[in-house]
Amino acid sequence: MAEKTFAGKTVEVTAEGYLVNKSDWSKEVAAEMAKEDGIELTDKHYEVLDYLREQEASGASLTIRKVGKSGIVDIKGLYELFPGGPLKLSSKYAGISKPASCV
Amino acid sequence: MKKIVILGAGTAGTMMANKLRKALDREEWEITIVDQFKTHYYQPGFLFIPFGIYQKEDVIKPKADFIPAGVNMIYSAIDRIEGEANKVHLEGGQVLNYDFLIVATGTKTNPDETAGLKDKLWYKEIFDFYTIDGAVALQKFLKGWEGGKLVMAITELPYKCPVAPLEFVFLADAYFTELGMRDKVEIAYVTPMPGAFTKPVATKMLSELLAEKNIEVIPDFYIERVDNDQKKLISYDEKEIDFDVLTVVPVNMGDEMIERSGLGDDLNFVPTDKHTLQSVAHENIFVLGDASNIPTSKAGSVAHFAADILFENLMSAIEGRPLHAKFDGHANCYIETGFGKGALIDFNYDTEPLPGTFPLPGIGPFGLLKNTKINHYGKVMFRWIYWHILLKGKELPVEPLMTMAGKKKVN
Repeated sequence: MAEKTFAGKTVEVTAEGYLVNKSDWSKEVAAEMAKEDGIELTDKHYEVLDYLREQEASGASLTIRKVGKSGIVDIKGLYELFPGGPLKLSSKYAGISKPASCV
Repeated sequence: MKKIVILGAGTAGTMMANKLRKALDREEWEITIVDQFKTHYYQPGFLFIPFGIYQKEDVIKPKADFIPAGVNMIYSAIDRIEGEANKVHLEGGQVLNYDFLIVATGTKTNPDETAGLKDKLWYKEIFDFYTIDGAVALQKFLKGWEGGKLVMAITELPYKCPVAPLEFVFLADAYFTELGMRDKVEIAYVTPMPGAFTKPVATKMLSELLAEKNIEVIPDFYIERVDNDQKKLISYDEKEIDFDVLTVVPVNMGDEMIERSGLGDDLNFVPTDKHTLQSVAHENIFVLGDASNIPTSKAGSVAHFAADILFENLMSAIEGRPLHAKFDGHANCYIETGFGKGALIDFNYDTEPLPGTFPLPGIGPFGLLKNTKINHYGKVMFRWIYWHILLKGKELPVEPLMTMAGKKKVN
């Protein structure tokens, strides 16, 4: 575990930068996490983050395909919003756990 | 007369029919199993067909041979489950009432879900080996192939038998080596995952093996479409991979019947309690095998271990007791690595595959995460075990829940 400071708040993060305590999340924390990766969060980004937080709260497992069917953004759009690792990055900024790949 | 209905007479459904018929009084319980197909496929054998190791007749038997006396077998497609009314509607209008329902309708491949996959190159230069037709078509193609770039690509997670595409590239390496043309074949392994396997210790072992066999791994590649004219895979983030021949794991989804019944998630898998194996939506519906959404491998070994747990919980439910048996996600997979060798992994929801011996601690005879000849024989013998012991619901000398005995912790 490591500690990081986002938006003036010290939070615990995992080795890969995911929030340890989901209650530490705020829009400002998300914005600063994204900024570290060179991504400027827009309203569209936040819509995706809200969707991910809702889905996780309801116990659903998340996949890129599922987000692509959410009506917020298609898969291609998701890649454009979060280049490189759309689900890994969006989950990180949404303050939820790293998506578990099935074995 | 009380009624249990089992939907699907594949590995999972057949095992349950055998276990339940033995345990339940015939005067008291009627057991019915429904499947639209008459042929039972030994699916682990499909992998060997492209390389001519098995032929079609080595992997098929009539389903009826494995359904015990005293179980009604109905060959019919299923229209839908009406969970609120405890009814199953079959295609053609027949209605089955049930006290308990076991959904074992599995998962199937949907090449139509990926643009350009089932197009003009389908079964010409693009193949799957998850269907008998695909495996046989690929065998014919490979016999006459003169070399080039062979790409093995996974389109989506989860998919049935997660080690199968790895075994495919290992066996391909051996096949072309034995034909004396390995230098004319480039082999690439394309996956949407960040590595060859999801769990770190197994990924390390498998990555070393892939490198040793000169198989290129292309991770984090999520296929958007296949360009048939230029013979390219194109990812959502516009990366491209050329191929001469493509073997693919198409998108896996549960049966459409699950969707019509309103019981599925976005891939038609049934939300299921991962410990009790009871469906989330209905107390008297249990889910066994690939049809569920439990976070473990979609594989026969998992269905086999889970069947013991489901059986105990169903007995409890019948007697009105709480469901005390808890499934741990136990999976046990042989990995064919070519040249008469194999590896073995054993893991569950919480414990990743670790090195050691199996099933007897310190003795084996099988080596976990090791590439040995005896592991290969385990896989070869398994076909006999499958037909004669496993499907018939008989005991195997392996516990349903995973054990740490014989495993070594790795940091």
